[in-house]
Amino acid sequence: MADAHEHVMTSAALGHGAAGDEHAHNPNLQHHFYSMAQQLEASTFGMWVFLVTEIMFFGGMFMIYITYRMLYPEAWTHGSNHLNVTLGALNTAVLICSSLTMALAVRSAQVGSRAGQVINLILTILLGSVFLIVKYFEYAEKFEHHLVPGPSFNATGIIPIANDPTHQQLFFSIYFMLTGVHAAHMIVGIVLMTVILLMAMRGKFSPSYYTPVEVSGLYWHFVDIVWIFLFPLLYLLGAHVGAGHAG
Amino acid sequence: MSNEHIITPVRTYVAVFVALLVLTGLTYAVALGDFGWMNTPIALAVALLKASLVVMIFMGVRYNTPLTKVTVVAGFFWLFILFGLTLNDYLTRGWLGVPGR
Repeated sequence: MADAHEHVMTSAALGHGAAGDEHAHNPNLQHHFYSMAQQLEASTFGMWVFLVTEIMFFGGMFMIYITYRMLYPEAWTHGSNHLNVTLGALNTAVLICSSLTMALAVRSAQVGSRAGQVINLILTILLGSVFLIVKYFEYAEKFEHHLVPGPSFNATGIIPIANDPTHQQLFFSIYFMLTGVHAAHMIVGIVLMTVILLMAMRGKFSPSYYTPVEVSGLYWHFVDIVWIFLFPLLYLLGAHVGAGHAG
Repeated sequence: MSNEHIITPVRTYVAVFVALLVLTGLTYAVALGDFGWMNTPIALAVALLKASLVVMIFMGVRYNTPLTKVTVVAGFFWLFILFGLTLNDYLTRGWLGVPGR
C-alpha cells in the first residue's frame, strides 16, 4: 500500500498521466481510493446507504397507509375505486420502460458507447416526463370531481354517505401524500438525469469511469420500485369490487 | 477487488423488462378476482418479486460486494421492524378491556 502511495506522489510531481508513465492513475480516481474499482464500489455502497434512508422515508408513509387501511377498510376500497386504474397501469409500464433505458444507459457507459448513453438517457428523461404528465391529468381529474381533501371535498356528492366519505377523505389525503412525494422524487430524478446527460454528451464517462451514471441510476431504479408498490396498494384495492370505474 | 467488471448483456435486461411487464399484467388480473383475505398478500408478493428483479438485475446488486448486499437487506429489515412494531400497537388495541389500552 505504501508502494502504491509513493507512485501516486511521484506521478503527481511529474503531472498525472505523464506519457509512458505506467503508474499514472485515471484522472477520475480520487486520492483516498486505491483503485477505480474500489472507488466505484464505495460510491455504490454510499448511494445504497442513502437509499436505505429513502426506504425509511417512504416506509413511514406506507405505515400510515397500512394503519388507516386497517382501521377503515371499506373507505379504502371505495376510495380506490375513484382512481383511474388504466392511467395507473400505464404509468407503471412507463416507469418500467424507463428502468430498462436507465440500465441500458449504464451499460452503454460500461462498454464505452457515447451514443448509447445519450440515447438511453434522453429516453429515460422522456419516459419520466410522460409519467409526470399523466400524473398531472390524474390530479386535474381529482380536482374536477371534488376529491381533493379540504372544504370542497365531495361537494358534488360523488361519494354517497353509505361509502363513508369522512374516511375516504383520509384515503385521498394519503393518496396525494404518497403520490405527491413520489412525484417530487421523480422531478429530482429528471433534473439529475439531465445533468448526467450533459456530462455524457461531453464524453466524461468511459468503461473505467462511469460512477455518476451508475449511482444516479440506482436512485432512478429506487423511485421506480416505490411506484411498483404504490400501484397495487392505491389503485387495485377495489378492482374486484367496483371494477375500477375511472374518476 | 475484481478489476473486470461483469457487464450484463442487453438481452438479460430486455428479458427482465418483459418479465416486469408480465408481472404487472398479472397483478392487475389477480386484482380483478376476489381471493378474500389473500388479496393483499398476493398483490404484495407479486410487487416484491418485481422489486427483487429490479434490485438484483437492473440495479446490479447481484454483482455487488457482500457489504452492499447487507446494506440493502438492512434497509428492508428496518422497514419491517417499523411495520411490525407499529402494528403490534394498533392490532392489540382494546385487548385488555381497560379504557385507552
